[in-house]
Amino acid sequence: MLAESLALTAALFIIGVVGVLIHRNAIIIFMCVELMLTAVNLTFVAFSRFYGTAGQVFVVFVMTVSAAEAAVGLAIIIAIFRHRQTVDLRNINLLKG
Amino acid sequence: MFLQTAVSAAAVAHPLSGTIAEWVWLLPVLPLAGFVINGLLSLNSAHFGAADPNISDHHPPEGGAEALASSHAEEAEEAGDDHHAVRRHRWAGVVSVVGPGVLILSFLLALGIWQAMATTHPEAPFIQRYFSWMPVGDLQIDAALQLDQLSMVMILVVTGVGALIHVFSVGYMRDDPGYPRYFSYLNLFVFFMLMLVLGANYPVLFVGWEGVGLCSYLLIGFWFNDKVNADAGKKAFILNRIGDFGFLVAMFMLFANIGVLDFIGVSAKAGDLVAGSPLITAICLFMFLGCTGKSAQIPLYVWLPDAMAGPTPVSALIHAATMVTAGVYLIARSSFLFSLSPVASLTVAVVGAVTAIFAATIGLKQWDIKKVLAYSTISQLGYMFVGVGVGAYVSGMFHLVTHSFFKALLFLGSGSVIHAMHAAYHQTHSAEDAQDMRNMGGLKQYLPITFVLMWIATLAISGIPLLSGFFSKDEILASVFARAHGSTLASANWLGIPGGTLLYVIYGTGLAAAFVTAIYMTRLMLYTFHGPVRTGTQEEQYLHEPPWIMTSTLVILGILTVFGGWLNLPEVITDVVPLGPRDLLTHWLDPVVGPATARITAGAAQVPAATEQALIGVAVVIAVAGIVFAIGRLKPDRVPRKADAIPEEGFERVVANKYYVDEALDRTIVIPTYAVSRNFLWRIVDNGLIDGLFVNGSAALARSLGWVGSRLQTGNVGIYAWVLVVGVLAMLGAFTLR
Amino acid sequence: MEPHYPLFYVFHFYLFGVIALASAIAFVTRKNPVTAALWLVNTMFSLAALYVMLDAQFIGVIQVLLYAGAIMVVFLFVVMLLNLGHPSELADLRGTGWRLAAGLLGLGLLSEIMVIIRAKLPQQLIVPRDFNEQQLQKLNAVGTIAAPLFKDYLLAFELTSVLLLVAIAGAVVLARGRTVSAR
Repeated sequence: MLAESLALTAALFIIGVVGVLIHRNAIIIFMCVELMLTAVNLTFVAFSRFYGTAGQVFVVFVMTVSAAEAAVGLAIIIAIFRHRQTVDLRNINLLKG
Repeated sequence: MFLQTAVSAAAVAHPLSGTIAEWVWLLPVLPLAGFVINGLLSLNSAHFGAADPNISDHHPPEGGAEALASSHAEEAEEAGDDHHAVRRHRWAGVVSVVGPGVLILSFLLALGIWQAMATTHPEAPFIQRYFSWMPVGDLQIDAALQLDQLSMVMILVVTGVGALIHVFSVGYMRDDPGYPRYFSYLNLFVFFMLMLVLGANYPVLFVGWEGVGLCSYLLIGFWFNDKVNADAGKKAFILNRIGDFGFLVAMFMLFANIGVLDFIGVSAKAGDLVAGSPLITAICLFMFLGCTGKSAQIPLYVWLPDAMAGPTPVSALIHAATMVTAGVYLIARSSFLFSLSPVASLTVAVVGAVTAIFAATIGLKQWDIKKVLAYSTISQLGYMFVGVGVGAYVSGMFHLVTHSFFKALLFLGSGSVIHAMHAAYHQTHSAEDAQDMRNMGGLKQYLPITFVLMWIATLAISGIPLLSGFFSKDEILASVFARAHGSTLASANWLGIPGGTLLYVIYGTGLAAAFVTAIYMTRLMLYTFHGPVRTGTQEEQYLHEPPWIMTSTLVILGILTVFGGWLNLPEVITDVVPLGPRDLLTHWLDPVVGPATARITAGAAQVPAATEQALIGVAVVIAVAGIVFAIGRLKPDRVPRKADAIPEEGFERVVANKYYVDEALDRTIVIPTYAVSRNFLWRIVDNGLIDGLFVNGSAALARSLGWVGSRLQTGNVGIYAWVLVVGVLAMLGAFTLR
Repeated sequence: MEPHYPLFYVFHFYLFGVIALASAIAFVTRKNPVTAALWLVNTMFSLAALYVMLDAQFIGVIQVLLYAGAIMVVFLFVVMLLNLGHPSELADLRGTGWRLAAGLLGLGLLSEIMVIIRAKLPQQLIVPRDFNEQQLQKLNAVGTIAAPLFKDYLLAFELTSVLLLVAIAGAVVLARGRTVSAR
């Protein structure tokens, strides 16, 4: 099942990447990032089946970080929304050089 | 100490090792110490109220009377009676002892070393190697001093005449606020000159060569507040530099072809080079270019007359006795090279001869007493080059020695005259030129000792028998004549002219120059000392003989001038009149220049004694004729004062203006150089290319690159994500596409 | 190396895999954020099933609890809070050209990843075949993860807890808003 799992992983990851690229709504982009992280989790779990439980331990960490990142990122989006009344990426360009 | 004595021959120690000769390093070090001490003292401001004690705005620039007038007028208003107070430097006393003292000590040491040499008669040079100066691959140059008969002669001349001139300067420069600075520069000069003559290889010689050029610049522009003096210093230095380029190229060629640069090594390996080949000729000609710069021959002589802007003792020491003779010394030192190239030797002789007659004719129409002597120096240097050019190295050196005697005497004598004239004009607040002969005349009643001694020198330089100049000048002419038949020079071909014919022409030119020499020197004496006093009735009462410290040196030089000829009495004369030992200098210098001389004269038939005596007779007749001609034709009482002078016309004006050589050089070289520098090098290269393209351009490039980079900072997060993904693609591509 | 799997297993594996894939594609192509979130939740669920089938039961449960139950809920909270559900405000996807380019990029990356997947693993990572079963026997499902977590990776665990603390504090600060900030 390793090869199939990895193929699925790759496909999910790529879907996440494409999602990041084509969406303009910041929240949906965020969710695509979560999808990418989930795909990576699957990779670890798939490998851990054949190469030891360290993979699963790492999944715990990935999930933790993903949760923290989601919390902070959404807080940022809320803050931006308060200023700009939008979460469209086209309008969030204060860093323009 | 890091003294290492080089064993010059197999396992046999040099006869001079272990003697006083090991102290040869002290010879240049003493003047160097004098330079340091005097230099430190000169930094000490000694004069309250003066803006800068080292600048003498009190002493008039030699040769420029207009500035004197204005400064005098102002000072007379400001200072009142204080105007005549002596403003001496605080440390003048110490400097008066240290300055000449180190020279006298050096001279005594030189005498000691000479004594050691005279008793041991070394055949090979005595080398003292101190440290390895430039060990770079194949190039191995040591800081080494070489003591042999040739350098001994130069050392004695430099320290001896130098000491006398230092003592003279004590009196001459007494009231100058820059007194310690003067002596420090003078001591530095002697140090460098001794390095030049003591160097054991070309680079050490070159250090001294450059150093004396530097000191010449410093001393010519001693009163640098006046632009004329500063410009003269610059001119001397720049023209020297042009010559130095030639010298450097010669050194490079030597190294490239022989691989060594020390004199012993080069003379040993010079035999490997093909005699008469273009290579040897090129090396010698480039070296001679350096000599024309340093010793003021055509084409690089134009700095010497301008150099008279410096103090008179400087002119005596540097521009008569020592620095300008460095070129002659160099050729004598490189005799092993020049004797291998008849073309180069002939070139040297031709240039010397042409310069001799050329400068002599200019001296005929100069009114500044120092300028006459300057052109006389150039002319006499021409004689020396004729001597070393035809391979008579001993004759050239002999004339070098005697010339240093009588030319120093002439310069110092003129220094006394100028000193007296200047004092007189100073007292009467006159703005007249103290150096112009038209303002002199009849000074023999006021400066009797100077008068007598300068006449002795004049007779010597003209070649009147039994004075030193007679012997040395005749020896040169006789050498030229002897080599005109049968020597390697005679059989050579100089630009199509057969060497023998050329040598006869050179001989004739030498005679002509002797005639002119006699004329202009007599003219100088007539206008300065004889005839009516043109100085002005008010000033006459102030004219006086200089103090004893100055006249004593003149007397010593006078004695040397009279008896200097005994250094190298020729066979021809001693056979007839037993005056003394024969050919002293020839025997002395034989170990050094003997082989080279022999190489040139091989095959030359000995000139019969009768012919030689006839030649001597001709020379004497010409000298006397010149003097008589001058006395007959020139009327001192018809010379107007400078203020009333009538401008010359026609050919006289051309000669008086030095054949417009300076103007021609200005037109052909200086102005085009300025034009190229300003229009091309400054505007296009410096402003346009370097500033515009490189400096501003690189700034503009950085700015534009930054602008391009700033376009990446869109602030658009979506674009950032795209860039990120593309980057990941590329990176993974590096792994997968291997 | 791999044992022979029974058909039941394989069938369900592929089933959940397809569901996950389809849900993901649906998620990416939705314009409405709420809809998209729910599709993502579905993906999470099917992946949890896959985890259980891959002998990572604890992870599967955590996946449901954490991802589907906490993170996605937060997302939905924020979407509701910002009131983004109205169709009128949604012109959410980029233009056609962009989408094409994104698709190409995705394909490119996919091919590269597939190439990398075929690489050989280094020898040190290979463990005995029944290592996982043994662990499960010894320490039951939670223990197989807890044991390495609190022994070998204790430092990482502590650091992660600090990270969580920071994240909490940061989120509170960032989301507080002007009305509550001190004057």
